[in-house]
Amino acid sequence: MAEYKGVMIFGEVREGKLAAVTTELLGCGRNLADALGQELYCLLVGNDITSLAGEAIAYGADRVYVVDTPPMKDYDTDLYLSVSEKVARQVMPCIVLFGQTAIGRDLGPCLAFRLGTAISTDCVELAIEPGSKLLLQTKPVYGDNARATFTCESYPQMATVRARVMSSPERDGSREGQIINVEASLDAPSVRTKVIKRVVEESTGIKLEDANVVVCGGRGIGSAEGFKKLEKLAEILKGAVGASRPPCDNGWVSNSLLVGLTGKIIAPDLYIAVALSGSSQHMTGCSGARNIVAINKDPEANIFKEATLGIIGDWEELLPVFTNKIEELMAGRKKDR
Amino acid sequence: MTAVRMIVCCKQVPDPEAPPESFRINPELNRIVLPPGVSAVIDPYAERALEAALRVKDDQGGTITVLSLGTNLLPDVVIKPLSMGADELILLDDEAFAGGDSWSTAYALSMAIKKVGDYDLIFCGRQASDWDAGQVGPGIAEMLGLPLVTIARKITVGNGKATVEKVTDDGYEVVEVSLPALVTVSNEVGEPRYPTIKGIMGARKKEPVIWKPDDIGAESSWIGAAGCRTKLLKLFQPVHEGKCEIIEGDSPGEAIANLVAKLKEARIV
Repeated sequence: MAEYKGVMIFGEVREGKLAAVTTELLGCGRNLADALGQELYCLLVGNDITSLAGEAIAYGADRVYVVDTPPMKDYDTDLYLSVSEKVARQVMPCIVLFGQTAIGRDLGPCLAFRLGTAISTDCVELAIEPGSKLLLQTKPVYGDNARATFTCESYPQMATVRARVMSSPERDGSREGQIINVEASLDAPSVRTKVIKRVVEESTGIKLEDANVVVCGGRGIGSAEGFKKLEKLAEILKGAVGASRPPCDNGWVSNSLLVGLTGKIIAPDLYIAVALSGSSQHMTGCSGARNIVAINKDPEANIFKEATLGIIGDWEELLPVFTNKIEELMAGRKKDR
Repeated sequence: MTAVRMIVCCKQVPDPEAPPESFRINPELNRIVLPPGVSAVIDPYAERALEAALRVKDDQGGTITVLSLGTNLLPDVVIKPLSMGADELILLDDEAFAGGDSWSTAYALSMAIKKVGDYDLIFCGRQASDWDAGQVGPGIAEMLGLPLVTIARKITVGNGKATVEKVTDDGYEVVEVSLPALVTVSNEVGEPRYPTIKGIMGARKKEPVIWKPDDIGAESSWIGAAGCRTKLLKLFQPVHEGKCEIIEGDSPGEAIANLVAKLKEARIV
């Protein structure tokens, strides 16, 4: 279909900057646009975000469509859907990409259905098939026990992309591009949802996504108190605490600590998995870790198939010894310096 | 108190708790091969969606209609929602529904929902544990023109609207939505309840309603494999290298000392 042209990514803003997943999408979108010999567009929606359009260009966009208005300050399904539909119908991109984030999971499928096309969610690989020029969309299925590659012959071809599986390109401040402001033209009756409260569950210390070391606990930790012991080890290693599904479902820790298919995808240097079985849904979240150390009393636990180093035993006996030993090691290094 | 009319979409899936090593695929047919002993269950996310609906019913009273689409739906599996407390079960069970994708599934379910008629709230799981797409809920909302809230952990109903706690990447939001609406439900809603003996006995007495494509007025080219907008090119299994070194020791202290020595040697710490 000749009238559909270009690759468009939906940009997200975090703490006044382009979100990490957005620069990753710009890198991935750039490669796809180059493979098609077409342009890369970025759509930015929010309030007071125009200054970030230049950033999107520096990371690879040729054209940035900006919807910058106070009502768009925070994400709202109806508002964002209405403006992204407007831009997509106007620009007619051949490919549209979102991050697999709370926003992308919500907006991506809605926009696809509204435009009468399909979307593949949580893709870990995207490529252009040389002959057909179709987008090859690869995603984990059955809790990452298998992977599937899809194509879609209706346009635009759409996908959400998992965070941290694509690398961000180098920033190039000398790149030039075009910034296009788009009027939101909000239709009040179309807004049927209203966010009345937003709560950020601050974790103390280093953020899970940014940490080089993550100490992660599973069902076997047994209680909120147990997690305090993991916190101590994480603190000594200047890392963060994570959790698998059961501790979050049981309310021992906040769901913002969830590592896995339905939570955060992380790639620390060291991942210490304590009393967690290592279901594929969980491993999806940490398979990018460079080193995985597993402590589990069940020698058959799946985590031992995924880990680099493992100890079979009771975490309650092992962890305090481990924490002390690491503390000694760190204290010794401080003295040497 | 006003009785709330609810519809919950529940999918039958292979048990996601089955051990990962038991999964195989048939590359010729591009299909998952289920190993013997892996049973079918109601998708765990859909069970949470049902639990959320049951809590609204506990609180406000109301009715719950469960919809399930598939082929070869197993009676023992699909009646579980009835034994947990749902009122009615409608099965869209026909070969014509087979081989569908999120698009054709959302279409068939939205046609069935139109036939059900009066409803205040539709619940779906945040995704299903087989294809993990998370699109059928949003798709139904779009096709029926309903407002949508995804990834909910708590839903309360009152004054013609629902108040939903929605899980976000760094916390949660409280969203008010006018009814009728569609909500997708996440694990954080909490454990689904167990069926009671009374519930199980009652469920056995209820006859599920079975609807064929014609019953819901579905366009045959829009359902099942015919209605797919996506094409599955290839299904494959990622290779996991089992290379874990198990650290031994005569006591916890010794094992940990060996572990820390290894970590130091490899410059990991």
